[in-house]
Amino acid sequence: MNHQLLVAILILSPLIGFLLNGVRFKHTNYIAAGAIATTAVFLSFVCSVLLFMDLVNAPENQRTIAVGFYEWFSVDKFTINVGFVVDQISSIMILIITGVGSLIHLFSIGYMHHDKGVTKYFAYLNLFVFNMLLLVLGDSLLTMFVGWEGVGLCSYLLIGFWFNDAAKAAAGMKAFITNRVGDAAFIIGMFILFATFGTLNIHELNALAPTTMEASWLGAVTLGTLMLFIGATGKSAQIPLYVWLPDAMAGPTPVSALIHAATMVTAGVYMIVRLNPLFVVAPNTMMVIAVIGAATAVMAATIGLTQYDIKKVLAYSTVSQLGYMFLAVGVGAFGAGMFHLMTHAFFKALMFLGSGSVIHGMHEEQDIRKMGGLKKYMPITHITFLLGWLAIIGMPPFSGFFSKDEILWQAYSSPRGHVLLWVAGAIGAGLTAFYMTRLMALTFWGTSRVDKHVHPHESGSLMTIPLIVLAILSVIGGWVGIPHVISESFGHIPNYWEHWLSPLMTKLPELAENAHGGHSAAEEWALMGISVSIASISALTAFVMYLKKGDAPKKFVEAIGPVYKAVYNKYFVDEFYFASIINPLVTGSRNLWYYVDVNVIDKATYKATDLVRGGGSFVRSLQNGNMQQYALYIIAGVAITLSLVLMR
Amino acid sequence: MPDISILTTITPNHYLVLSACLFMIGVAGVLLRRNLIVLFMSIELMLNAVNLSFVTFSHSFGKVDGQVMVFFVMTIAAAEAAVGLALAVSIFKRFKEVNIRFFEHLKG
Repeated sequence: MNHQLLVAILILSPLIGFLLNGVRFKHTNYIAAGAIATTAVFLSFVCSVLLFMDLVNAPENQRTIAVGFYEWFSVDKFTINVGFVVDQISSIMILIITGVGSLIHLFSIGYMHHDKGVTKYFAYLNLFVFNMLLLVLGDSLLTMFVGWEGVGLCSYLLIGFWFNDAAKAAAGMKAFITNRVGDAAFIIGMFILFATFGTLNIHELNALAPTTMEASWLGAVTLGTLMLFIGATGKSAQIPLYVWLPDAMAGPTPVSALIHAATMVTAGVYMIVRLNPLFVVAPNTMMVIAVIGAATAVMAATIGLTQYDIKKVLAYSTVSQLGYMFLAVGVGAFGAGMFHLMTHAFFKALMFLGSGSVIHGMHEEQDIRKMGGLKKYMPITHITFLLGWLAIIGMPPFSGFFSKDEILWQAYSSPRGHVLLWVAGAIGAGLTAFYMTRLMALTFWGTSRVDKHVHPHESGSLMTIPLIVLAILSVIGGWVGIPHVISESFGHIPNYWEHWLSPLMTKLPELAENAHGGHSAAEEWALMGISVSIASISALTAFVMYLKKGDAPKKFVEAIGPVYKAVYNKYFVDEFYFASIINPLVTGSRNLWYYVDVNVIDKATYKATDLVRGGGSFVRSLQNGNMQQYALYIIAGVAITLSLVLMR
Repeated sequence: MPDISILTTITPNHYLVLSACLFMIGVAGVLLRRNLIVLFMSIELMLNAVNLSFVTFSHSFGKVDGQVMVFFVMTIAAAEAAVGLALAVSIFKRFKEVNIRFFEHLKG
């Protein structure tokens, strides 16, 4: 089929779904709303698959479908066209977005059926998918930015979906404002790149990327990419702008799965992979990205250890896993970053939907202290969640193992990597295994602490089918990228992933000098063994602590009292931001309002009005209806005229 | 015997000065007095001051034009007095007074 038509259907179908649901947003028929929205996204998924098959069948050097639609605007020689590119990178993204998106839409029909705003909900969800597609397919940074802002808007709308609750509305605003900080940097980054290269077209930018490394911190490419990365820290919840994501859990759970785990938050990683030729020539930016990614991975994981809200644990886990992706792209392993992006989309969407199923079955209970023993009541949710758990803690042969291991290996072996980055990654993996096992133990295993009045039940098939599909993907999703050392031992299974992406991935120039990076297969096996054993030991420790020795966690917490308190309160980062940025801003604005606005600007305008009013009342006093006064004016006029005439 | 020639020799200027004085008295009356009747009297005074100057010029130039004008002025003054007095009467009927300020009530 015609590619232009396919891409048009792919992008417009969710938009039409949004319009259909949007004009009838007050209806409460969840079947109709859900059917429209799910069909719209599923249609996009079908188009994505067709496009992907075309790419697969195309010769390797022609795997790019670029379609132009119309000229957006043109200023002097600078023209922005609305065009879309489906290539190796974006085809994977659209498959994830529309595929996982369809499953989550399906799940939402079951999850949101009792909600009065269900039609509005599906309208927002479709609008989100539309904007996300715009973001990943746009062929210029500007088109990408439209989607980038659009997904931010939808995220805000959906976090604050239950806006009658002030806390949830505030969470939405927090997400929006925090993202705005990053977006400002993103715009500055675009300015810098445009000033340097004179174009915003991604393909042209990549082609124009200089071939020599830029050593200076103040070079145009370094500054531009650094600014884009700051934009990515906002959207993808990295230090220092990650604070909005845990609060974003105020939204409906399928939203958390779609927007705040699988798709939108990975936009930053995607953007960097898209522009990888530019990032490669800015080693300083890459270093910043790797360090921030590793730091976020560890820090968010430690906070995840202490949370009791099932969604908060998953939220911090998401922040931490996103840190891994940034670590990967920061050491130049763009393929590994995309790989983890995909596997993470599977298992984290699965776990969020699983938690949604739990919350649904527990009648809106989110506190894992009031759960336990749910295995018995929710067998399907338990099994699928279990598979997600195995994937995220990196057990072979589940998907998370392959992607996380690839990242850890690259962090160690890449010329831009460092052994410390690997250590941070390994610690993060251990922490991940611990908090995920804790979550499993407290939620599904052990004795039930469920309130007597709550009767947990398994969710309906609309909700379990997406869980099952995602569970299968979480298991097998990693098999497309089996590392060489393993595949060589098991007969040659090709690494499809690397092969697929390699035409668009810039090789690090350092690698050319030293083809294998000076690392042996034995090293890779050893690191793999270490990370798997760290994860296993830590998972086992958590298992024993939370299931066998009931008071062990309590004792441990008491032993490290102040540290625990700091971690439990998220290192007081929110408080710090309030004290250092938000409150000074508020106080400053209030002072501006009081001293400048009220006392200077208002007074000036009042004085102006007084002047006009004074002048007006003087003129009015001339026209007061007193005839004798009028006569006086006439006589005065005559007298003045006469005296002028006579004295001349 | 004092020289009274200056008193006996009355030139047109004397008439004109008298006319100006009368006119200014009339103006002052119009501007300062509040009673409608007095106002009309002041207006009559101004008109007659003008009449005086007309007659003076007519006499000194030896033409009758000025005197013809005076007849016109006198008829108009009569008409004006008739209308004005009618107004004064209607004001008096309503407010039991003929103060000029009551005309302010005519303001739209």
